[in-house]
Amino acid sequence: MPGPDLLSSQGLRLDGRRPNELRRIQCKLGVFTQPDGSAYLEQGNTKVLAAVYGPHQAAKSKSLQDSVVVNCQYSMATFSTGERKNRPRGDRKSQEMSMHLRQALMAAIKTELYPRSQIDIYVEVLQADGGAYCTSVNAATLALIDAGIPIKAYVIACTASLAWKDGEPEPLVDVSHVEEAAGGVVLTVASMPSTGAIGLIEMSHRLHMDYFDTVLSRAMQGCKDIEVILDKVVREHLAEGWTKSDDAITI
Amino acid sequence: MTKMWTTKSFLTKTKRGNIIKIVREHYLRDDLLCGSGACNVCPHKDDELVLEEKPESICTLFDYPHYLILDTNVVLHQIDVLEEDALKNVIILQTVLEEVKHQNTAMYQRLLEIINNKKRRFYSFVNEHHKDTYIEREPGEKQNDRNDRAIRKACAWYETHLSICSVDGKFPKIVLLTDDENNRKIAVEEGIVCCTAKDYVENVTGAIGLIDKLSKNVIPETCSRDALYPAHLTPSQIHEGIRNGKLYQGTYRASRDNFLEGTAVVNGFEKPILLQGHIGINRAVDGDTIAVEIFPEEEWRRPSDIVLEDKADDPGDQLEEEAVLLKVAEPVDKSDEEVTPTGKVVGIIRRKWRQYCGILMRSKFPGAVRHLFTPAEKTIPRVRIETRQSDVLAMQRILVALDSWPRNSRYPLGHFVRALGPIGNKDAENEVILLEHDVPHARFSEAVLACLPPNDWTIPEEEIKKRVDLRSECICSVDPPGCTDIDDALHAKALPGKTGDGLKRYEVGVHIADVTHFVRPNTALDKEAASRSTTVYLVGRRIDMVPDLLSSNLCSLRGGEERLAFSCVWEIDENANIIHTKFHKSVIKSAAAMTYEEAQIAIDDKSRNDKVASSLRILNALAKKLNRKRLDNGALSLSSPEIRFQMDSETHEPVEVAAKKILETNSMVEEFMLLANISVAEKLAAEFPQCAMLRRHPAPPPANFSTFLKAAKQQVR
Repeated sequence: MPGPDLLSSQGLRLDGRRPNELRRIQCKLGVFTQPDGSAYLEQGNTKVLAAVYGPHQAAKSKSLQDSVVVNCQYSMATFSTGERKNRPRGDRKSQEMSMHLRQALMAAIKTELYPRSQIDIYVEVLQADGGAYCTSVNAATLALIDAGIPIKAYVIACTASLAWKDGEPEPLVDVSHVEEAAGGVVLTVASMPSTGAIGLIEMSHRLHMDYFDTVLSRAMQGCKDIEVILDKVVREHLAEGWTKSDDAITI
Repeated sequence: MTKMWTTKSFLTKTKRGNIIKIVREHYLRDDLLCGSGACNVCPHKDDELVLEEKPESICTLFDYPHYLILDTNVVLHQIDVLEEDALKNVIILQTVLEEVKHQNTAMYQRLLEIINNKKRRFYSFVNEHHKDTYIEREPGEKQNDRNDRAIRKACAWYETHLSICSVDGKFPKIVLLTDDENNRKIAVEEGIVCCTAKDYVENVTGAIGLIDKLSKNVIPETCSRDALYPAHLTPSQIHEGIRNGKLYQGTYRASRDNFLEGTAVVNGFEKPILLQGHIGINRAVDGDTIAVEIFPEEEWRRPSDIVLEDKADDPGDQLEEEAVLLKVAEPVDKSDEEVTPTGKVVGIIRRKWRQYCGILMRSKFPGAVRHLFTPAEKTIPRVRIETRQSDVLAMQRILVALDSWPRNSRYPLGHFVRALGPIGNKDAENEVILLEHDVPHARFSEAVLACLPPNDWTIPEEEIKKRVDLRSECICSVDPPGCTDIDDALHAKALPGKTGDGLKRYEVGVHIADVTHFVRPNTALDKEAASRSTTVYLVGRRIDMVPDLLSSNLCSLRGGEERLAFSCVWEIDENANIIHTKFHKSVIKSAAAMTYEEAQIAIDDKSRNDKVASSLRILNALAKKLNRKRLDNGALSLSSPEIRFQMDSETHEPVEVAAKKILETNSMVEEFMLLANISVAEKLAAEFPQCAMLRRHPAPPPANFSTFLKAAKQQVR
């Protein structure tokens, strides 16, 4: 379906990006001291805080003999969208998002290392401007790394959509809210780019089979690009951490 | 590349009336090209150099090489000038492109077409995302002023960019065309060369007829000197008036017989509101959305019965006496039932002007440039246009666009768009008919033709395997004589055995050419067909909905050729009750493509006992029963006699008109097509109850018959 004009005749998107460009990414690890790990991530105007507690002893009723229990909680701030709206914790949408988050993160966490334990992951969306789920997954990954929980690989999520230019399909990466609202298809992929494994895949509308592969590969490429950026930040953060702890020892 | 990041935020109102703040990202780039051949800094590829290195100046006002930058108002008003090949090396800023898109989609499409034409050398520059030309709206600044500032900023940037990047110190200058006086004033202060579109075009050398295309867009309400018409209310006054019930909104319909009379259908009044006289109509043109003020009841009048045509000679800018009209309209008796609510036009909410076909009436004074134009459509007033080619154009059918209707002008102002051909020439007159009815009739574009299968296309073996093979069935088609686009075919045969009630069983099939096999969704062909949406038949000419190869070959179920079809096959008993229906794609081979007459002869000729004749007889017998059933069910039968033109075989001139004969076979085909439609509709409604689109004719409102009743009444007298 040729959606509305998501690409200008010069090949730019509504916000001035080219089809294969991500939004601006800014992030910070270790933003809180209370949780074991935390991260703040901005992808464009989508802003997310993530905090990780654990691994700690699981409640008797929940605990598993052979693996860790991962508990996710996704919530959106009242002020996160244009219109203020009270979003009670545990409504249908955030429950669904929590489950999807859990599914994507479970694929990466080495669950067998912590039997009878539990990891709690809290994600709060401060501002939503498209791709809130993806930013949440990416922020949660950073928080897990900050907490020092062993993961198999970065788990990164990214969206992709499909626009039409001169009758030719052109996939768009990292879809913003305006593009989402325009009514085209949005494909969400959570994957581990370094292994190529896909932890979760979801599509908002129907899409013709012929175009699925191009959209999927664009989303996967987006995941890879995000991984590069996040990996750089993690390494910088760790380097900073070393110098700081050195200071602590000398004092 | 590096990107800069900024946000745009603005306030907007939701449907519920809440005010919300919307924040959007806005990326600024440094990899956007200037498109000029004189620049050696931007990393252009060869096909991206749109603007010439040394543009030749065609305007005597600016006798040095220059590029043009257009303001939005120039694009919106002077699109006919831009469509001429004369102006080249033009920069269209994104700010302008977006404003045009926002204000008028049709203009936007035309502008895109010019930009896409490589020969025209129009470059669209993305100034809104360029790091050096983007500007933010200042607090308290109007959007319009901000856009004007963005345009000036882009002009200044181009000027410096080209001067820095020039190879040899010679570089093209920038000339800004704008009709906005304020913008022009500030631009001059900022040192930007600018002028009005009118001044520029009038000084262009070597482009005959370009001046004729200049739109005369005066702001209609400002001409208060020698005003003939009362001023229109402003949009906010109209809005206020409609809200507190003093004014009404309606669509103006001019009378065909009397140029000083029209009506507007308004909500809340059963009869249309009568509008009379120059002042009452106040420059409304047929189709415009207008604001009406309704008079108190004692001033109501009745529609006049007189025919009044705009006088042939040009009276100049004065209004003639309307006494004749008004006296006739004065009701004799207040209880007269023809007395209609009467009012006057006080404002125009939206003009619905298009381009009009018609002829030029030359001014009586030789050498004059101002002439009157008489549209072919009677409901449209005559138009004042300026042209220097009146000698040539007087003999032609011409197309004219309306520009404005100032208060001090008797006629609306317009400009010449193009000539269609000599008056009386068949092709020119055909063109007039097509244009007046808005029938898209251009040749199919290359993109559309590229979607077609090759000329020698045959059905591939694997396609036949996927379909039900009906090539062995005796299928025939019945159509009017000379028909080349045969889109439906029929078959019927007796089945062995009887139904439970002891009735004979028949198998009947309707086969429709499977166009969807060739026209895939969202292709250029699909879009073109959607915009045409029907094949238009003129005398001696047909405007196809899909290219000829499909319509009269591959999707025409010709006799003796294998074709793809979509079939609806029923099992029907002797009394025409459907026992079973199935739908499938199929391959068919029509045994005979017959005319209605041939089919009728085959049925009537007792000596013929071949397969075709016997299946036609079954069909005919069943059709009669189906027809009876349908009529018993309350079907409405409308007979509109069709006419046929007899063409001269050599000159292709129509020589005779005859009413088409209605044969039994006509209604036979019609009946089975209806049955197929009904079966498909039932299936759709059952399978897709949410989205099946079924058509229903509501009962017509009694008001639609009032004209007819009035006419009928006079016949009785």
